[in-house]
Amino acid sequence: MPDTQKMIPRATPLTPIKKAIVVGASGGIGTALARRLAQEEYVLALLDRSEDILNPLCDEINQIYGETRAVAYEHDATDYDKVPDFFRKVVADLGGIDLFVYVAGMIYFPTLDEFNFAEDYKMVEVNLLGAMAWMSQVAPAFQSMGSGQIVGVSSVAGDRGRVSNPGYNASKAGFTCYLEALRNRLTRHGVNVITIKPGQVKTGVFDLPNAPEKPVLAVTAEQAAEGIWKAIKKRKQVAYVGGIWRWVMLVLTHIPSVIFRRLSF
Amino acid sequence: MNARATFNFKHETFNMKNTFTTLENFGHSQSAPSYRFTPTTADEIYESFRLAKKTDLTVTLRGAGRSYNDASLNGGGIVLDITGMNQILEWDPGSGTVRCEAGVTLEQLWQKVLPDGWWPPVVSGTMATTLGGCLGANIHGKNNFRMGTIGEHVTEFTAVLPTGAEITCSPKKNSDLFHSMISGLGMLGVITTVTLQMKKIDSGLIEVHAWPTRTLAEQLDSLLEGAPNYDYIVGWLDTITIGHGQIHAANYVHDDPDPAKMQVDFQTLPNRLFGVMPKELLHYIMTPFFNNPGAWLINTGKYTASVRRHTFRQSHAAFHFLLDYIPKWELSYGRNGLIQYQSFLPKETALQTWSEMLATAKKRGLPSYLGVTKRHRPDDFLLSHALDGLSLALDFKVTDRNRAKLSKMLQEFDQMVLDAGGRFYFAKNSETSAETTRAFLGDEAVMRFKKLKKRTDPDGLLESDLYRRIFGNS
Repeated sequence: MPDTQKMIPRATPLTPIKKAIVVGASGGIGTALARRLAQEEYVLALLDRSEDILNPLCDEINQIYGETRAVAYEHDATDYDKVPDFFRKVVADLGGIDLFVYVAGMIYFPTLDEFNFAEDYKMVEVNLLGAMAWMSQVAPAFQSMGSGQIVGVSSVAGDRGRVSNPGYNASKAGFTCYLEALRNRLTRHGVNVITIKPGQVKTGVFDLPNAPEKPVLAVTAEQAAEGIWKAIKKRKQVAYVGGIWRWVMLVLTHIPSVIFRRLSF
Repeated sequence: MNARATFNFKHETFNMKNTFTTLENFGHSQSAPSYRFTPTTADEIYESFRLAKKTDLTVTLRGAGRSYNDASLNGGGIVLDITGMNQILEWDPGSGTVRCEAGVTLEQLWQKVLPDGWWPPVVSGTMATTLGGCLGANIHGKNNFRMGTIGEHVTEFTAVLPTGAEITCSPKKNSDLFHSMISGLGMLGVITTVTLQMKKIDSGLIEVHAWPTRTLAEQLDSLLEGAPNYDYIVGWLDTITIGHGQIHAANYVHDDPDPAKMQVDFQTLPNRLFGVMPKELLHYIMTPFFNNPGAWLINTGKYTASVRRHTFRQSHAAFHFLLDYIPKWELSYGRNGLIQYQSFLPKETALQTWSEMLATAKKRGLPSYLGVTKRHRPDDFLLSHALDGLSLALDFKVTDRNRAKLSKMLQEFDQMVLDAGGRFYFAKNSETSAETTRAFLGDEAVMRFKKLKKRTDPDGLLESDLYRRIFGNS
């Protein structure tokens, strides 16, 4: 028996345990969401490329609740062919799965006249292909269980292609569309698929080169996590965080191309 | 740039769509998803173990899934569902010995042997259970004080060990494994065939004597005094008023050898109530009564109806398989299902401990909706639950609101039972901890079991959620 199985508490009828996997748990939204889910008595498998942030995060969570609620796993979401084994291992360690969250993502800000295929490729890999590799395991599992929730953290950037970041837009548009298709496949099997569309969230990305200088209508990572938790609790299908972006995007998606292509954001 | 031209999912060992399923316990109070395999041969069982080892997963055995706890659950792991191995291989009506595959149910068994004038010596309250499950839990019936557990009527069984070895066990051959795999919760190996000795009977009927008891003391005395005079004895206890109850004591009938009454058609439970209402629907009507006031009403009504002392004859199936009388009765307990708490106590401490227990439950507003008492005697199996004394089984409804309170109360009950020299049954209680297990089984028994397990399952492949719970930290 792997040691992790010993550490994670098992459910009994009187002490049921909800189990979640979070892929990309070291990021700003990921860490905040992990803390929020632990608060809701989830037992968490936290996955990311490096354990540097995950290990202290797990220690922090486990210390607060005085029991093992979070376990760290080192995993690169773009190691596609490792995903099936990883999924199986993590589910065995948790003793099941109720919730799957894909919040791994990366962004590169090109300048307005820059085309950078290498960075675009990476964004598609992390933001879309990694998600598809994981969903290919999670979706059939939930389908045959006839229950479960899948959360994909996409972006408002996937709603419209803009001048500033074609590669990022494309990766997130692909993810949003993939999640919608997944929802259409899985709803009939009792599985709920949620597309989360954050607007701007105050995380490390604003320190990157070429990042927008001033965040617009930005929320903190904690507020974003709260919004995601609410969507999970209410079993929503699409949720904007912060909520104002729903209206912003409603307007943006209706601007005719003849105008939109002349705008500079 | 990192070119990944081909994405080769060559590690895809499982066809998730067909095998990954949510499995439940009998009380619908716990569920866990697992990879369910349905082997039909010893080779396929060994194949499953090899796959488990390769994929670093554990294996749990499951029969009919009629255990009230996590005995056949293995969240995220492999579950070997043995119900496909369901052939009755040999039946000798002359000697009454029968050899079956482990997935054969008690229903298949009694229907095979009764027309020839035989009956399984030990049966559970439901006939859906498989022989593999019955041996794993070493079940008892309402005649535990007389006939012991089912293991005492097994003359031989064969098993496949996780190492691939195929072994034969009997009370004489591989005696240590015989006495530990029976009661071993499927954690030492997979029992594949079972040879059992049936009991000769003279009639398809059984004579039941029913009388009321007014107090818990009276009920326990009735069981103790009545047992020597009857083949079966069982008590129903109204745990809401505490003490009102009824005893059913039964004897085999010797003066009604009508062969027609030994036929399956005569025995089979009617599937309609009053000839009209399908009993499949009955649990919907019962649901509104499965709360504290409703349970009081039903218990009081049942007691009132049972005040008259009377004697009647009924079929074996009707007498034994009370849990099958109302199909899917366990759904009446609602969304969160039920749990059963059964404790086994020596004669000397039973009355005081249970009086205290039931008073506590009543005081805290957590009454049990059904109480059943039985008479027991000890046996020679390693993980035995039985002792020279009595048992009380309590059904509790689980709700989102009572979970924490119920959990705390049952932990207190565990301590009371341990203090009173009592024992527990691994097919029933869902909350027994590793500490409690060690306390009542004793260090020596736990160590002997683990030593045997090292021998039969050196890689530790056989593990259930139950196993992790009761042996986890010891």
